[in-house]
Amino acid sequence: MDILVCIKRIPDIAGQITLDGSGTDIDDAGLGHTTSAHEECAVELAIQTAAATGGKVTVLTLGPAEAVEQLRAAVGVGANDGILIEAEDSGAFGTEDIAQVIGDVIRDRTEGGQNFDLVLLGNDAADTGDFQVPIRLAYDLGYPVLTSISTFSPAGGPVIEARGIGPSGTEIFSLELPAVVAVQEGGVDPRYPSITGRMKAKKARIAEYVAPEPGAGNPRIGLELPPDTANEVTILGEGPDAAGALVDVLEEIGVIRS
Amino acid sequence: MSLVFVETDESGEVALTSAEALTFARTNADVLAGSVLEAAVIGTLTESAHNQLAVLGVDRIHHLESADLEAYSATAWAQALVDIAPETGTVLASGTPRGMELMAHVAVRTGERMAANVVAADEEGLLRQVLGGAAFERLQLGGDLQVLTLAGHACKPEETTPTTPEILTHSPESAAEDLRTRVVRTEVETDADNDTSGLTQARAVVGAGRGVGSENGFGEVLELVDHLGGALGVSRVVTGLGWRPHSEQVGQTGSRITPDVYIACGISGAIQHMAGIEGAKTLIAINTDEESTMVQRADYAIIGDLHEVVGAVNEEIRSRRG
Repeated sequence: MDILVCIKRIPDIAGQITLDGSGTDIDDAGLGHTTSAHEECAVELAIQTAAATGGKVTVLTLGPAEAVEQLRAAVGVGANDGILIEAEDSGAFGTEDIAQVIGDVIRDRTEGGQNFDLVLLGNDAADTGDFQVPIRLAYDLGYPVLTSISTFSPAGGPVIEARGIGPSGTEIFSLELPAVVAVQEGGVDPRYPSITGRMKAKKARIAEYVAPEPGAGNPRIGLELPPDTANEVTILGEGPDAAGALVDVLEEIGVIRS
Repeated sequence: MSLVFVETDESGEVALTSAEALTFARTNADVLAGSVLEAAVIGTLTESAHNQLAVLGVDRIHHLESADLEAYSATAWAQALVDIAPETGTVLASGTPRGMELMAHVAVRTGERMAANVVAADEEGLLRQVLGGAAFERLQLGGDLQVLTLAGHACKPEETTPTTPEILTHSPESAAEDLRTRVVRTEVETDADNDTSGLTQARAVVGAGRGVGSENGFGEVLELVDHLGGALGVSRVVTGLGWRPHSEQVGQTGSRITPDVYIACGISGAIQHMAGIEGAKTLIAINTDEESTMVQRADYAIIGDLHEVVGAVNEEIRSRRG
């Protein structure tokens, strides 16, 4: 089974964030970059499935030239090759644009003889959280789509059995390929790169495309940070001596079992 | 007109998140072009849900029930919503996995844009959570129909003068193509490793982070969970290290919780974790680092080693119990 995994370069945010001069994006100078937890799981699922079925994994990203770093990281854990769709200002792309650009590249690869049985994405990007690109891409390709999927396995023929947590238990789907699946963290543990993986990543084959100008564009007007509410924390004390004060608070809230 | 997709729980009650979405639609009716409030319920419509929708101010209930809609299929359900959606106004759902998925399909099928995790609406447009709640995006969707999901806890459910909602019954037949992705079967969890309901419904959650030290370091924390009749919640580091199952993870890619009290033990307060606990009423931090985000954001804090402090708290509870 040949699998395409779409990933996104995002700033690795740990502490306080600040906005850039335009007020429409965060200032990522000095921040490291990563991909989302959902996408790491999508890459892992792809590697496992390709290994079990004798297929290949290709990773794709739409982003600045530096996003090749995230493609190489995915090759380092076991993907076979990568596709970079270079866009200097990927923030100018709306979800419709991103889906269409990725769809066009998939069609171009198909014409070139590279067919993907399955296209995986993360459930949502950790930065923009739009929850739309997988579904818009599926419509663009004319494929069926599932979201919030935590694991899947080949079910004979061009079909996979996919599982995701629903409101009343684990929901099981039978999905005919080719298809789009949006992966939710939790079903698999992403692996770490091995030494040989790191070597392979350096020499990874990365096909390059240049993204066209965005059509629909991004509906974003600006970004705002939450108001810096001066929080008054009450320090109950230091070390075990403060236990009594904490139990007083818990008793007042009324959560200690009698 | 505003159409709200309403989710019900297993006993047929309106889900809290859907009550939030209905309240948001009613209290923002002017900017959402939604002077008439409609609710869509797929499946059984209980008398209790009907009464709840009345006190939430719903003018009209679309009750959709048919063989094709019995098992969940995002495309079939979304098309059923598209068929009753207004031409202008707003279609919205709460930002649950179902709500997100359905609204995205509705947006594509109506040729509109969509905004996920909206927290506010005014004349300047919509405000929605991005970066796991660390920032807000202001945006304008344009279009005749606004399609959106409401972020959890962005709005408190409010009752209003009860209405007498008109009920419109629909029995839609779905196109074969829209049934390709229906749920084949549901496995109800007997395996506690996958059950998050205890965590999302608990009044008290004790959180544990890297500070517990190892897979075997949860003893004191679990005893405190027991004293509180609560649940254990952990940071992503803890599940990433394989110390606890993902079902216990709290945060952007885990559960979002709303307990009366959250006691964060040895958790520094990464943005991704804070996103999951913003619904907690009282936040207590136990941490060695007074400058950590968790301590700075907490209502109460104890500075110290979590094993020593939680051990002493357990002892105090036991001795008070006598």
